[in-house]
Amino acid sequence: MPKPHLALFGALLVALGLSQFASAIDPYHLDVLMGVGINVILAVSLNLVNGYTGQFSLGHAGFMSVGAYLSAAVSLFVAPQLFGTFAQSGGVQQGIVFLIALIAGGLSAALAGLVVGVPSLRLRGDYLALVTLGFGEIIRVVFQNVEKLGGALGLNAIPGHTSIFWVLAFVSITIFVVTCLVHSTYGRGFLATRDDEIASAAVGLNTTRYKIVAFVISAFFAGIAGGLYAHFKQNITPTGFDFAKSIEIVVMVILGGMGNTVGVIVAAVLLTLLPELLRPIAEYRMIIYSLLLILLMILRPQGLFTVRNPLLRKRPS
Amino acid sequence: MSEFLQQLLNGLSLGAIYALIALGYTMVYGVLRFINFAHADVFMVGAFIGYYMGRIVPAGTIWGGIIVLAVAMFGCALLGIIIERLAYRPLRGAATLNVLITAIGVSLLLEYSGQLFFGAAPRTFPALFPVRMFHLGGLVISTNQLLVIVVAVLLMVSLQFIVQRTKIGTAMRAVSLNPKAAQLVGINIDVVISFTFGLGSALAAAGGILYALNYPSIDPLMGVMPGLKAFVAAILGGIGNIPGAALGGLLLGTVETFVAGSQFSTYKDAIAFAILIIILLFRPAGLLGRFTVEKV
Repeated sequence: MPKPHLALFGALLVALGLSQFASAIDPYHLDVLMGVGINVILAVSLNLVNGYTGQFSLGHAGFMSVGAYLSAAVSLFVAPQLFGTFAQSGGVQQGIVFLIALIAGGLSAALAGLVVGVPSLRLRGDYLALVTLGFGEIIRVVFQNVEKLGGALGLNAIPGHTSIFWVLAFVSITIFVVTCLVHSTYGRGFLATRDDEIASAAVGLNTTRYKIVAFVISAFFAGIAGGLYAHFKQNITPTGFDFAKSIEIVVMVILGGMGNTVGVIVAAVLLTLLPELLRPIAEYRMIIYSLLLILLMILRPQGLFTVRNPLLRKRPS
Repeated sequence: MSEFLQQLLNGLSLGAIYALIALGYTMVYGVLRFINFAHADVFMVGAFIGYYMGRIVPAGTIWGGIIVLAVAMFGCALLGIIIERLAYRPLRGAATLNVLITAIGVSLLLEYSGQLFFGAAPRTFPALFPVRMFHLGGLVISTNQLLVIVVAVLLMVSLQFIVQRTKIGTAMRAVSLNPKAAQLVGINIDVVISFTFGLGSALAAAGGILYALNYPSIDPLMGVMPGLKAFVAAILGGIGNIPGAALGGLLLGTVETFVAGSQFSTYKDAIAFAILIIILLFRPAGLLGRFTVEKV
């Protein structure tokens, strides 16, 4: 893309423009659209770790829950005390407070990413997948036990600040940041770490540092997505962010093709719409889904939308 | 003191079940180097075969129980071999991640097919074996707990015999050490892998029935948590190492039972993962595993 900043600016304008017509769209379609947007943020951010940096994280839902809980807590407990009626007055003021809540959620998720990432990114492959899975489950159990955050019942009556504008804006920002990052000089380090970690370390790249940076940025956007989700559904429970949710996001990344942002976006959109379309045959939905997953891995392991350059194909070993 | 012994007994019987499941994980990892996520759902299928068979045979008799156990183990061995043949064999030699995702797909397939065929509501598992309680001082020992420990020990001893003393066991160890060299000396690697899956799945079925006897409420998602914990047990003992899996299972079951009996009982499910993280950070090869150095 020649002018990414212009594209981001354009996308934000489109989001703002579209939100003016939100009342004209069918509420059901609007809900589905917001769900799609949140999943796109999750999938694109996970793709930075799983696709571009070549690490395998199974704990994305854990970071999403940190963002969801913290931003909801800011909206419910902190904002009314700090800003009082300023937050409820609607319009721009309310937007600013919501933005603060989202950023707080994102930053706390990023912090959680740092805490998880520093020790566990020394591991690789299956082991890393398991440690991230373990951390995701631990985060869930901890939230289940914190009474202040509702325990197993979760948080209710979160203000429904999330609108189509916020979702589309953060979708554009996420895509912008991830795309610009991996195409920058610094970002080449991620790709090098993925392609051959030993060789990258041999030419002097600090691969652990690259992995941690990717992990933290990815966790930040997962936290933002969690915040949007919390203010969209208006109630959250710890079980909503379990292992199954992490798998769902990983499947989007795999289906789209690891390290292929456009493919991942398409896959996230398709996989969010698929359950809605299959609603009439709801019992068979997950069976079809899992069969598709197995067949895809056997027939097209590089993802649906990735075209491999035949010159770059690895020699058979 | 008697409370301590009681908890220890409960922990060991839970740990024996974890050990049975962990053996399947560790054997598959030994020959194919991947995590068979579907193993936990084979465990669930084993419990359901036990449920349906339990309604046919006379309840509460030793022979009936043994028949149920044998049928479930045979059925699951077959299921394991079919899963390997259809889902994993086409991916032999593919990237680890792809195989891992396929395993997750098979796991989801079994879970949701289970919900379709068996129904999502929990069911009560029948009492297959005659149950009696012994009071020994302050200790309450149920025959079910003893049964779990006895069956688990018997199965582990026979597994050890198969792996160490028979021809196919020697072939399994050879494949696990070096698949290419094993092929060169004339071992049919496909047969060995099928056998490994069959053996592991049979142990999981036994684990499923023993688990259901002690926690008699079964549903299609029952395998998820015990499966994850058994995997932690396999890593704790050193993945790919058979005595290690048994040791890891017993340790994990005991620790978990003690945590559940303490004031931190609500953190019971987190403790296994905390152990996993600690062991991976400080001794990634596990308690009984050997370190390997990555060569370029």
